[in-house]
Parts: sequence; C-alpha cells; structure tokens
Amino acid sequence: MKKLYYPIIIEQNQIARGTFSMKLQCNEIAETALPGQFVNLYCREGEMLLPRPISICETDREKGILTLVYAVVGKGTESFSRLKKGDTIKVLGPLGDGFKIDESIKTHILIGGGIGVPPLVELAKHLKGEIYAFLGFAESPILVEELESYGAKVFVATDDGSAGFKGNVIELFKNKNITGGMIYGCGPKPMLKAVGKWAEDMGIKAQISMEERMACGIGVCVGCVCKIKKKEEEDWQNRKVCTDGPVFWSEEVIWDE
Amino acid sequence: MNKPDMQINIAGVELKNPVITASGTFGSGKEYSEYIDLNKLGAITVKGVSDIPWKGNDSPRIAETYGGMLNSVGLQNPGVEAFIEEDLSFLKRYDTKIIVNIVGRTVEEYCRVAERLSDTDIDMIELNISCPNVKEGGVSFGTDLLMAERITEAVKKTAKQPLIVKLSPNVTDIVSIAKAVVAGGADAISLINTLLGMAIDINTRKPILANIVGGLSGPAIRPVAIRMVYEVAKAVDVPIIGMGGIMTGEDAVEFMLAGATGVAVGMANFTNPTATIDVLNGIEDYMIRHGFNNIEEIRKSLIL
Repeated sequence: MKKLYYPIIIEQNQIARGTFSMKLQCNEIAETALPGQFVNLYCREGEMLLPRPISICETDREKGILTLVYAVVGKGTESFSRLKKGDTIKVLGPLGDGFKIDESIKTHILIGGGIGVPPLVELAKHLKGEIYAFLGFAESPILVEELESYGAKVFVATDDGSAGFKGNVIELFKNKNITGGMIYGCGPKPMLKAVGKWAEDMGIKAQISMEERMACGIGVCVGCVCKIKKKEEEDWQNRKVCTDGPVFWSEEVIWDE
Repeated sequence: MNKPDMQINIAGVELKNPVITASGTFGSGKEYSEYIDLNKLGAITVKGVSDIPWKGNDSPRIAETYGGMLNSVGLQNPGVEAFIEEDLSFLKRYDTKIIVNIVGRTVEEYCRVAERLSDTDIDMIELNISCPNVKEGGVSFGTDLLMAERITEAVKKTAKQPLIVKLSPNVTDIVSIAKAVVAGGADAISLINTLLGMAIDINTRKPILANIVGGLSGPAIRPVAIRMVYEVAKAVDVPIIGMGGIMTGEDAVEFMLAGATGVAVGMANFTNPTATIDVLNGIEDYMIRHGFNNIEEIRKSLIL
C-alpha cells in the first residue's frame, strides 16, 4: 500500500529571494521518484488543509535524500519556509507522470522559467547526450551549478539583466540558434506556450510540465485540469494535471486565449 | 469488552459500518485503493454520473479557504456507460456497498441515468439535486420545493434501487425541502452538499475560480451541516447520511448525535488518503470509551 510519509528535514536554505531549498531524508520517495514528478507537502496549520504540489528537484537514491526547491507564493509555502532542520513534514509521493526519456535522442534542450527550473535538474541527471539548458529568471538565477554538474551547458536570461542575457528566456534561446531532438519545458504558461510554438515551427517534439491549482494530487478531485487534444481523439478533453500529467506533449495542449 | 456493532441499515441496505465516501471526493475508489482497503468501508458513493460525458468547467477549479476549500469542477465525468464499463466492474471486486450519485440537466436526463443503472449491480442511487456548479439542473432542482418533489418522484419511479436524495444547504428552510423529497418518495436523505461561496485574489483583483463562484466544503462548514442534520432528522422518518467537514471519528459522532445514521467523509480524503479508515477507527474508539453497543444508540442519545 502507498502511504503518507513524515520525513525529517535535514537541511533548509534560502537560495534566492523568496526561494528555498529543502532536503528531506525520505528513502521511499527518493528511491522511486522519476524526473518531472512531484510530491504533496502538507501544512501543519489546521486552517490550510490542502496539500501543496511541489516538483522534485533532485533525488539521491543511495542516501535516500529528496531535494525540493520551492518559491514562497502564499501562506502555505511561507509556513514551509519557517521549518527548520530536524523538523518533520507530511509528504505524499512521488506523484504524477513526468518527463519521458528517449535514449536515442542525442541533443536535449531544457527550457526553464523561474520556479519551473528545479525539475530540470533531476531530468538533466537522467539524460544522456548533449544538454543545453536555457533558464529565465526575474532576478537571481538558481540551480545553474547543479545543472552544469550534470553536464548541461547553461544559458541564463534575467528580466533586469543582472545576470546573463537581459530579456526573456525564449529570446535568448532563439538568439543562440541551437537545435536538438527533444525540448523539455517547465515554467510559466506564456513561456510554455512560446516553447510549444517554437517546437512546432521547428518540427521538434516538446514535453511541457503544466501547473494548475490542485486539491488531492492523486487524480480524484478533478480540480486541476487542462485542455488536451490527443491526435487519436476527435475533441479536446479536460485532463488532470496531477495524474495525466504534469508533463504533456506541447502539441496536445489547447491554450485558453 | 465486546466490539461494538458498527452495522447500519439504510433503506433496507445493510452497511457493515456507517462510513461512506462523499461523492466527488473519492472518484470511483480506484485511486484510494492504493492507500486503503476498500473492503473496510461501509459504502462508496462514486463521483456524479451523467447520461453522456460532461467536460466540466474551466480551470482554475480549486481555491483553498480558511478551514475549507471551494471547488467549481462542474461534474466532469465520462458518462454512465463508461462508469458501468470501467468503474463499476472495478468496484464489484470489493465487499462494500456501491452508491451511485446521479446528475443531469433535466428530469429526463436524471431518469435516463437511473434507468441505465436499474439492471446493474449497484446498491443505491444518490440523486444529486444540489451541485452549485452547473448552470442547468443540479441545485436549481434542490432549492425549489415543487421541483425537488417532482424530480424525486420521477427518478423513484425509474430507479430499481433505493433512492437517497442529496440536499443543498443553499436554501432558507432545509426542513421543507427534506419533507418535499420524502413526499416524492426518497428512501433516505444525504446532506449537506457544498455551500455556495466565492474567493477573490486581492493582488490580481480577479475571482480565483474561473467559474467565479463554487461550492465550499471542509470543516469550515461543519456547524452548518450539523444544524441542518439535526433539523431534518427531527422532521422526517427516513434515514440520514450526514456530511460536511468530517475530518475525524469525533466529527462523525457529532453527526450521529445530531441524528445521522450514516456519515460521509469528503474533503478529508484530500488532506489524508486514509481519512475514511481513521474516521471509522475513531467512531469505534468513541463507542468503546462511552459504552455504546451500536450506532442507533448514539443516534438516540443527544441530550437537550
């Protein structure tokens, strides 16, 4: 049977303004998690009853360590940021259907925006061949060294120009004229939409990780849907981000205007 | 000490214990079967089923609120044929009762679902006239005395299984609605469905839900649910399934003291995948602690 875990926080650091890295000693999840999956983190405060879906940044299977990098975006994530080394936290996972890895592909292009960057780290670890990572941030870049340590050539864009290219990550990516066999995107919706458009124009397949407000995280509540039109189906369907995704083929996503 | 008798009877259907799942919070059990033994549940009420597939509302459909949540899913479901083919065959593998929540836009649509289910091996039908998230049907039947009675009567005539009618709390007088559905032939009543609510993101100044309004559930609504179960239980003779923010066995007992025979666990499933089993164990612990031999004894023990 699957179950909830109550692992110990072995490390928690602020790595950029409003962004935290939390390491959990959780062998069960670390051993089975795949790139692009997420976990549910639960708050201790009784008024916040729904779990927060947090993407898995990295796992250390041998040591049983799970690294989560998250942004403080509301009261729930703020409460996580106040937890200290030695505290325990309620966790469910690994959840969701992550990135598909095709070993025949030689060149991989990773595109991440802001807090969409963390799952690309575990992905890079699993990819063979050349990896180019294009990362966009409002200000301070995160996880650049981690991606480089797994062999990725990293290019950074910031909105304010404080690091790397001044502008958005899609412009940066287009300027570099790099192409490959598969694109993997995680970040805000406008970025994902642009990634999908570019991939379509270039005739390259792209996998994008979607985000939506969730309740259960395990496919029951049908709260977190996005519109997906599969080739073999006549019409689009509302599919669950938590279990049908979070990673979808960009060509199948129908964007709301 | 002897173990208390957990069995209950709702409209002639024997449930091994009073713990039921609230429609829409448990799918058709498949997902939770990975976390709990479904055989331990008194009954599973499945997510609302319509005659043809429904796509539901746009995202976002979920907003967390203090001690609760809003949803505006809009009864997305693959339709009764898909339900029978995939979900029912799965559920039949378990030793628990199956309650099918049915939805529709018109009386005819409700009746078509009940008719299609009439020759299947389900135990009860729950008539959902209380979903606040669909524009036609749903709650518009559940907030009008005449319509509530008429639709209950029509579905009761079509259905082969005992009929539970699920009431909306979005009414001025819950007792009159309860009496209307009993007059229409309801064999049991379940309450409450969600309370109509709304939340606004003050930074974007937009409603959080794409549908603008949605149904509020969770412990925030429990006192309202307890009050309504209490009022309805005094007024009608059919058994009641109480629900609304049950998180623990103690919460479930509170509903029984108010007059409920069965109890349904809803939003708690999202907070804790084993919530149903925890509630069941909590009820049993309470009965042992307080010397109750069966559920009926609790139900009759409220001191006023």
